[in-house]
Amino acid sequence: MRIVVFVKQVPAVSELPWDAKTGQLRREAAEGMMDPAAKRALEAALRLKDAHGAQVIVISMGPPSAEETLREAVAMGADRGFLLCDPRLAGADTLATSYTLARAVGALSPDFDLILLGCHSADSETGQVGPHLAEELGLPAAAYVEKMALKGRKLTVERVSDGWLETLEMDLPALLTVTARAFRPRPVPMTGLEQAFGQGEVFILSAADLRADPEHVGWAGSAGRIIKIYAPAAQKKGELIQGTPKACVRELMARFGDRLGGLLAKDLSGEEQA
Amino acid sequence: MNQERAIWVVGDYRNYFQNRVTLQLLAKAGELAAKMDGTVCAVVMGHGVEEWVGEYQAHGAQRIYVMDHPLLSEYLPGLFARALESLARQRRPEIILIGATSFGKELAARAASRLGTGLTADCVDLYLDQEGRFVQVAPAYGGNLLAEIVFPRHRPQMATVRPGAFAEMPHDASARAEIIRLDPPAGLSGDGVRLVSCRRLGYQGEDLENAKVVICGGRGLGSRKKFKNLHELARLLGGEVGATRPVVHADWAEEERLVGQAGKHIKPRLLFSLGVSGAIQHTAGIADPEFTIAVNKNPLAVMMQKADVAIKADAHQVALALIRELKARGSS
Repeated sequence: MRIVVFVKQVPAVSELPWDAKTGQLRREAAEGMMDPAAKRALEAALRLKDAHGAQVIVISMGPPSAEETLREAVAMGADRGFLLCDPRLAGADTLATSYTLARAVGALSPDFDLILLGCHSADSETGQVGPHLAEELGLPAAAYVEKMALKGRKLTVERVSDGWLETLEMDLPALLTVTARAFRPRPVPMTGLEQAFGQGEVFILSAADLRADPEHVGWAGSAGRIIKIYAPAAQKKGELIQGTPKACVRELMARFGDRLGGLLAKDLSGEEQA
Repeated sequence: MNQERAIWVVGDYRNYFQNRVTLQLLAKAGELAAKMDGTVCAVVMGHGVEEWVGEYQAHGAQRIYVMDHPLLSEYLPGLFARALESLARQRRPEIILIGATSFGKELAARAASRLGTGLTADCVDLYLDQEGRFVQVAPAYGGNLLAEIVFPRHRPQMATVRPGAFAEMPHDASARAEIIRLDPPAGLSGDGVRLVSCRRLGYQGEDLENAKVVICGGRGLGSRKKFKNLHELARLLGGEVGATRPVVHADWAEEERLVGQAGKHIKPRLLFSLGVSGAIQHTAGIADPEFTIAVNKNPLAVMMQKADVAIKADAHQVALALIRELKARGSS
């Protein structure tokens, strides 16, 4: 069985520095980590590998630093990692990204059985790449998967979508995206990590290696054009309270207790209650 | 032939009474259509969907495409995407809007790929600029940024829109739409996914979505144990506990409590935001509270800037002090 897992390196912090002049994110200023949902997709693949035997390859599109994430994936148990790293791939929207990822599948593992991704990455959360890729590759697919079982070529999955628990069935080859709450990832073994950085099988590929149409990748292949980018204005002119926690709460109650009581429909005056 | 400029809103009616986003989109589409001399169209796919046709008519749809057929009786994105694609290829809408529910996002992404067009996720606003371009405002780059995006070439222009971004129009029982009934495309089938079973789950955070008081906790609280105090605070205040992405990732709180773009969309009157920095993925899930109290050691945190009252202190300590104070005031 051949499994392809797509992983992404995301910033390890929630607030990123950005350059107000260019409107560009200073990605280089942030430490990277493997996207939590993608890590769970990898764990799901490794569990299939443990149970049924499988070759697991991991693919990421991103800057050179994303190689670390692939080495981490190899340390966890993936067989090989491929980094799609090329300035021409930069600036891709989800449409161009899914085209590129589909080309990578064609070039690296055309006889795959299963493709796994995180359902949405922590840094953009569009949740679009998985479903796009399913269409690019013409596969049966389900997003937000939390459980899966494989019997022969038949895959049965459970997922929750808008408050409905669904059990779905499909035949391989197929594509799944998994949520960040299923498939708790195994720890990365230190020895594995050392090996993965020493000799692990991680390869770097360009757009040309994928025989990708330059018109369909990166910024050139993206439908959307950003005409403006900004930090949303903090609109309110609020009151600042500072001091010890106890003093802060006292001041909050003294100045805004009535307002809070009104909003809570409760008497917060502290006077005797009936 | 003069090309009609139609704005389509795809009906996502599965959780009709909780999920009003289709109605909100019909209202916004009406505003946009008035400015571009367009037509507001609803698209209703499924089996036994007459009820929703009536609802969309009463909420601003000028035309409704109805594909009501047993082949569409399973609410599956792979299936609906094919039906939507065929309809869009025939009728060529200018814009397709879909609510950013889990179903809507999956459906939209699949339909956009099939149509070879662009799709903007989780828009928080839509407008027509002075040049008449359709501008989609959406969170970007995972930071604290909003991007305004246009599609210069790709048509239709597709967007998913966050629930709560717009207000629905009042129900007008006298409104009449042109209703066009269509068969599904010949040989319609899904993507090979079979629905074995589905059932409505119990608590999935509806209480959080509808709560008048929400206590949101972020990583600034310090630990899982400290986060747990928020439940006590919520009990005293008669509210619900929400959480940020880092808190959910650290397993301090269940995924159902995630407030934000990819989580629950809340609309409380009163919001306590404790130890929350205010990344846009989080704030995008909060519709204008009447009163916000933020607690953070960093007075420059976005959430502190957005608050009516910003308390510069340790969030956990303030939570404890607040619990004591509320108990002392008899709010037990």
